[in-house]
Amino acid sequence: MTKKIKNLNLNFGPQHPAAHGVLRLILELDGEVVEKADPHIGLLHRGTEKLIENKTYMQAVPYFDRLDYVAPMNQEHAFALAVEKILQIEVPARAQYIRVIFCEIGRILSHILNVTTQALDVGALTPSLWGFEERETLMTFYERASGSRLHANYFRAGGVHQDLPAGLEEDIAKFCETFPKIINDLENLLTDNRIFKQRNVDIGIVKKEDALDYSFSGVMIRGSGVPWDLRKSQPYDCYDQLEFKIPVGKNGDCYDRYLCRIEEMKESVSIIKQCLSKMEKGPIKSQDGKITPPPKKELKQSMEALIHHFKLFTEGYRVPKDEIYTAVEAPKGEFGVYLISDGSSKPYKCKIRAPGFSHLQSMDYLIKGHMLADVPAVLGSLDIVFGEVDR
Amino acid sequence: MKTLIELEKKINSELNTKINSSEIKHDQLYIEVDKEDLIDVVLFLKTNKDTKFRQLIDITAVDYPEQSKRFKLVYLFLSHEFNQRIILSYYVNENEVINSLTSIFPASNWMEREVFDMYGINFKNHPDLRRILTDYGFEGHPLRKDFPLTGHTEVRYSEDKKKVVNEPVKLEQNYRNFDYESPWEGTKYIKQQTNTNDKKN
Repeated sequence: MTKKIKNLNLNFGPQHPAAHGVLRLILELDGEVVEKADPHIGLLHRGTEKLIENKTYMQAVPYFDRLDYVAPMNQEHAFALAVEKILQIEVPARAQYIRVIFCEIGRILSHILNVTTQALDVGALTPSLWGFEERETLMTFYERASGSRLHANYFRAGGVHQDLPAGLEEDIAKFCETFPKIINDLENLLTDNRIFKQRNVDIGIVKKEDALDYSFSGVMIRGSGVPWDLRKSQPYDCYDQLEFKIPVGKNGDCYDRYLCRIEEMKESVSIIKQCLSKMEKGPIKSQDGKITPPPKKELKQSMEALIHHFKLFTEGYRVPKDEIYTAVEAPKGEFGVYLISDGSSKPYKCKIRAPGFSHLQSMDYLIKGHMLADVPAVLGSLDIVFGEVDR
Repeated sequence: MKTLIELEKKINSELNTKINSSEIKHDQLYIEVDKEDLIDVVLFLKTNKDTKFRQLIDITAVDYPEQSKRFKLVYLFLSHEFNQRIILSYYVNENEVINSLTSIFPASNWMEREVFDMYGINFKNHPDLRRILTDYGFEGHPLRKDFPLTGHTEVRYSEDKKKVVNEPVKLEQNYRNFDYESPWEGTKYIKQQTNTNDKKN
């Protein structure tokens, strides 16, 4: 006698530790095999784009920290570049190096979190404990430079907010010496680990063609063997003066993406070292007083500085009518800002292109035919942060 | 195509009736088309061996309430092969229905859902046109310029009803939008702009 069995609908999240935030995933299961996945997003939607339309260009920067909150400065970078390109202002060399250093620190921050929580999702606890210790060190660097561990508000149009405090460069250099050992430790725990490999190898395979069709970027596309990195192909700031390699995967599965992230962290360390050695003393923001605020100490002596300061923090600077799309290679992929200015001091439209949005969209394609237990593994390797997906 | 200028020429000669205008700025090619030609142009850009715009980066809309054709739809494409970007745009009315790109780029699924959610623009042949970012049961289209920043409703947990309730927004103080317009000379280029405007008047 045969009995008809209905597929089971399973509600995964929105409060589930392996969902990496507030993801509600509706899974249709046939036994333990996933037939269909329908992600419901928007539970963290804060209307960032609407808010930015109502704020001046300077006031818009902090919203970018709150997108992908594990690598805040990378987001600010895209916005700063967009405004700078429209205003056609030059960024001094020192500011460019500082920005690149902190972007790479952001990349390490994000990759540590991702690699270790991916391990956590498939059953390994220790890597996350080790990794988070390093994250804490890196966030102190953020704090010393910008005054805040997470919501930095540091990259402004025309440069950075303030110069690095004394001793920070040396401490970052020291970190670059010790950190590769930590990466090795993590690799010892995971790379050849039997359980980790069983859970990740051949899981969530992305074919080259599909990676293009689904608008993948960053590690998601490099893991499938497409050597594409905006830092190399469309270099911004001083990336064209630095030497670094782009790790590329072969099979496009979760394991390859993990390997890419590990290699990228090593490259980031080398980029930071190069920046530190090339960096010289100098101005850290554009000297155009109409765009960047004057140093605080001038306010007491210079009338002009006082006027500039007052106007910049009330009206803000005006940006001529234009339309531009700029993208940076954020840790998770191509993070872009499509900005329309109308000549006033507020953006007319600011569309944020978040890499996670298109990655999560392919969840159904990635997970179809896999087992239920693979859902966290695939989700982990997509590197989803809901701040940027929901905006 | 190797350079953007060559690409612009190529597109203009191959699709001459379909391209309304084209411009190169900020190392990107901006083209404007008609709504009806969208599918043809996108297919050409994706499949032609000299363009190969294989990635749809994003779809978005811009609201210009004072214009007769209110919305500007914007499509961003990227070609890995030639390392170029195209920004394609066209204008539509509030009630017009647009062809969906889901059959050409699967990635456009959520992007079109987002445009639908935020601007209320309808797409035809879309497999699953639902709201995506806003709450279940949300009304209105938040990114339209006539949608207030504070929204229309606020949520709170009601102790009496023992559930979350939606209520009209009550503010202690209205949202204030200060006008900082001033005789401050502004940056140079804006000065030029206002000068020319003055002359016209």
